[in-house]
Amino acid sequence: MSEVRAEMVANVWRVVAAEGDTVADGDTLVILESMKMEIPVLAEGSGTLTKLAVAEGDVVQEGDLIAVIE
Amino acid sequence: MLESVLVANRGEIARRVITSARKLGVRSVAVYSEVDAGLPFVREADVAVLIGPGQPAASYLNGPAILAAAERTGARAIHPGYGFLAENPAFAASVLEAGLIWIGPSPDSMDQMGDKINARNLMEQAGVPVSSGTREPVPDVAAALAAAEQIGYPVMIKAAAGGGGIGMSAAAGPAELAAGFETARSRAERFFSSPAILLERYVEHARHVEVQILGLADGRVLALGERDCSVQRRHQKVAEETPSPGVSPELRARMLAAAVQAGQAVKYLSAGTVEFLVDVTTGDFMFLEMNTRLQVEHPVTELVTGIDLVEQQFRIAAGDDISFPAQGVARSGHALELRIYAEDSKRFLPSPGTITEWDEPAGPGVRVDAGYAAGNTVTPFYDPLLAKLCLYGADRAEALDRARAAVAAFGISGLKTNLEFHGELLASAEFSSGEYDTGLVGRLRAR
Repeated sequence: MSEVRAEMVANVWRVVAAEGDTVADGDTLVILESMKMEIPVLAEGSGTLTKLAVAEGDVVQEGDLIAVIE
Repeated sequence: MLESVLVANRGEIARRVITSARKLGVRSVAVYSEVDAGLPFVREADVAVLIGPGQPAASYLNGPAILAAAERTGARAIHPGYGFLAENPAFAASVLEAGLIWIGPSPDSMDQMGDKINARNLMEQAGVPVSSGTREPVPDVAAALAAAEQIGYPVMIKAAAGGGGIGMSAAAGPAELAAGFETARSRAERFFSSPAILLERYVEHARHVEVQILGLADGRVLALGERDCSVQRRHQKVAEETPSPGVSPELRARMLAAAVQAGQAVKYLSAGTVEFLVDVTTGDFMFLEMNTRLQVEHPVTELVTGIDLVEQQFRIAAGDDISFPAQGVARSGHALELRIYAEDSKRFLPSPGTITEWDEPAGPGVRVDAGYAAGNTVTPFYDPLLAKLCLYGADRAEALDRARAAVAAFGISGLKTNLEFHGELLASAEFSSGEYDTGLVGRLRAR
């Protein structure tokens, strides 16, 4: 199981993947936006996206959980 | 002179406008979002009005809330700064409709220049050199590919309603263009509310040189000088200087004259900037876009001319004369601006956080326009600009020496900044020689 967490404070601009999806290593899960820059959050490793912890418009802090891949 | 001004902006530019307002005895009103409550611009204004949460749409882009704040405080004029609503003709029109003074050009000239395709066509008609590119928005990938065949690769894909270097990408051939087109469209829609795309010839070795203009009420347009803004990352400026080390006196004269023509073509009023690309290989220059507002890097022009540009904006808006003789703008010395960003120096990734230490450099020729102070929190809602470190010297060598010392003396802790990058920039042979182009930062990072 791997937890994907936010590396910095940012806004959740777009949620690309959904709970239940099969994801591959490097797939974009969500796109964050911070200070006018888009930051894609990628899956590390393959598996099933069992949990998506954010929604578009949320603000995430550094370390906040974004997704869980099993 | 104006009686009062509401600054519809934040951070360093709000502080900048408030500083000139103070100097001129103009009552200043700041509007701020919840996350900006502790910033210097809020306490330095005579009155500050909380207008909403951090999200720009709810605060700094919230026209009705800003107008309501003006009504509440009796502010008679609005200065939009740069970004946000500064180039929004509908907002400018709503300010005028509310019976207030808009410190800037007419909504019509903003409209004309806001659409890059229209602007290019207008400039061409006015006899200003433009780059080869599309005259109509490009509706789909097929049209893009066809247009690119005409223009010739490589091409630059740009948002027609864009600005600030956002939403631009280059394509070396049809495959890259096909891939980049849709991305550009969705970005354009997201950031500028318009999916319209234009294509332009991509110049391999280019300098970005812009001209500061001032449109007067009697119809005259003055060109105050040029600025070289070729030091860029992600197509956004990081450092600017004047005079441009890459522009000969003869080229300067031609560019300033073209900028005047550009301003006259739209009956431009107040401060504006005409941006050009100089093709280093051929020595040609071509119109890129016109910014119908005050620019971030305006201080370098102020430093070599001794003119307070915000003051001139106030005077023009008040129906007063400008403070200097129109026919003789004297420029002396050399000025450089380094944009201090809240981002790491290696990959330039955003670094929001709380500032624990803020130690500005000082000394002869040093000017710091800062948006933040120790204790402030830098949030992800806005661009990463922390401060503008500006240096003046009798010549470029002196300005660069002062810059090296100032960068070394600037202490900011609590988040990552690009101060280290600026140290590298100033130490680099390419930048020090003055013979650089827009590929400079890429080359510094490629090592």
